[in-house]
Amino acid sequence: MSLAKIQSIPYGKEVIKIKNISLAFGGVKALTDVSFEVKKGEVFAIIGPNGAGKSSMLNVINGFYKPTSGQINFAGEDRKEMIPEFAAKSGIARTFQNIALFKGMSTLDNLMTGRLLKQKQNFLMQALYFGPVQKEEAYHRDKVERVIDFLDLQAIRRTPVGSLPYGLQKRVELGRALAMEPEILLLDEPMAGMNVEEKQDMSRFVLTANDEFKTTIVLIEHDMSVVMDISDRIVVLDYGKKIGEGKPSEILKNKAVIDAYLGVAD
Amino acid sequence: MIYKETGQFKSTYESDHSIFPLIQDKIAFNILMLVAFLVVPFFIDSYWEKAILIPFLIYSMAAIGLNILTGYCGQVSLGTGGFMAVGAFATYKIMTFFPELNIMIIVLLSGVITAFVGILFGLPSLRIKGFYLAVATLASQFFIIWLFNKVPWFYNYSDTGQITVSERTMFGVAVTGANAPPYATYLFCLILVVVLGFAAKNMIRSKIGRSWMAIRDMDIAAEIIGVPPLKTKLSAFAISSFYIGIAGSLYFAVYLGALEVTESFDIMAISFPVLFMIIIGGLGSMLGSFLGAAFIVLLPIFLKNVMVDLIGLSAVTAKHFEITIWGLLMVVFLILEPHGLARLWSIAKEKLRKWPFPY
Repeated sequence: MSLAKIQSIPYGKEVIKIKNISLAFGGVKALTDVSFEVKKGEVFAIIGPNGAGKSSMLNVINGFYKPTSGQINFAGEDRKEMIPEFAAKSGIARTFQNIALFKGMSTLDNLMTGRLLKQKQNFLMQALYFGPVQKEEAYHRDKVERVIDFLDLQAIRRTPVGSLPYGLQKRVELGRALAMEPEILLLDEPMAGMNVEEKQDMSRFVLTANDEFKTTIVLIEHDMSVVMDISDRIVVLDYGKKIGEGKPSEILKNKAVIDAYLGVAD
Repeated sequence: MIYKETGQFKSTYESDHSIFPLIQDKIAFNILMLVAFLVVPFFIDSYWEKAILIPFLIYSMAAIGLNILTGYCGQVSLGTGGFMAVGAFATYKIMTFFPELNIMIIVLLSGVITAFVGILFGLPSLRIKGFYLAVATLASQFFIIWLFNKVPWFYNYSDTGQITVSERTMFGVAVTGANAPPYATYLFCLILVVVLGFAAKNMIRSKIGRSWMAIRDMDIAAEIIGVPPLKTKLSAFAISSFYIGIAGSLYFAVYLGALEVTESFDIMAISFPVLFMIIIGGLGSMLGSFLGAAFIVLLPIFLKNVMVDLIGLSAVTAKHFEITIWGLLMVVFLILEPHGLARLWSIAKEKLRKWPFPY
């Protein structure tokens, strides 16, 4: 599967098909027989109570975990497992629940790492640093500057990200993923721990990325008002099983979902 | 005032990404280079050559190498002495096999050979990290020294086990051997350090350097954005060993001339001092490599001058004091300024920006 293949899929058609995925760590079943589809160009949310297997699902999608059984169909091609590097090459970017930035590097450098796969010069040319390398650097810097403009990161361009406040770090991490110009963006709780204003900003960035760059977005989020507002479709997991799928309005009325979140009266 | 960047506008990304974006730095560097290339060669004598400048240049080279591996890629290595020994013995063997080969090519080839040895000993880094990797590289240190001692082929079956350099010339002037004039050996080392120093800086500020730092700071995230961990770590081992190999080659061919492997490339003689250099100088800083090398080369000379010549202590007592002061400084640096001299310099620069009107 390649980047070109994902790009050739028309908007609104399935780009990822998860078929009967199960994942177990020893005796612990993180995911049991989960199936759903993500359509190209949509904002797709995965929700569920703590420990439902949401992050595990993302990790399976981008090759960090290998599913015990089941198939993932990616742009029309079946694959059982994949390593993260290939996922990155085929246009899948992600952010993490606990920020995974390169703390010793500046915001600019962090975003530039998002361009690594697109830089083609070899290390000898880089050591000499003339013509083509310089041009390549400037070209990618230009791309990164657009992301910086988009996310309002100008003021912290040179600041080491380790010293930035939490909300900004989350934003830089989104920036790094966007700098990859991904086809599919996996966001693991992009708004966790934020206040209302920061959540509004983040929602705006996610929606704009979806709208302008036509990025397919798969997100995990706990704030229901955000999820119901911004997502096109939602899948609900509980104890590793899928208990609901559909549009936000349908999910709100789904009996199984309400029971999972609020508990069942005996 | 001195470091005022006001009014220095960059209109292209190329100029913004240059090595010295500030004009003050550029001027200072150019003056330094002019002095190093055009003034020092005329005044250098053999004391300055053998005691200060050549060791400084060679240790700088080794420190750049170790800094690439430890400071930028985050892989702690205690095998510097071993890799320098590989560089030295590669030089010796190439000299024996190809008597006509130019010394510059010999030195660079020794670096390439060391790079391959570095890749070999870098293989465990995929599985182990931190302290455990440090111990694994320690194995390379002891194994390589043992090998060069045990297999007589490496020292051409000489009775003493020593290797001795033969005279080689560049442009008709001897740069190795006993008859090499100080200015020639100095310029030879200086050219290599400057050229390879720039090469290292260029790598660090482009793709490969960012891959190294990504692996250093968060290897999982690096993998997710498409940095292959094995390839990146091995490239750091290879390039780091290339620099260290060249340092070893110069250490043998230009500096010592004749050496015995156990004593010259011992862990206390090379591996630890070079590690101290990059810790005191600054991990992950090119400037730090040079500052650390200068510090470690100059400190013993300075202490000896003060204690023996000024205070009048006996040489043995002075040596003991020196070791104590060394250890003390090490601890002080680790506690007070873990980012080393390079960080102190950037703080000073920040102060100089506003001086003499701080607000």
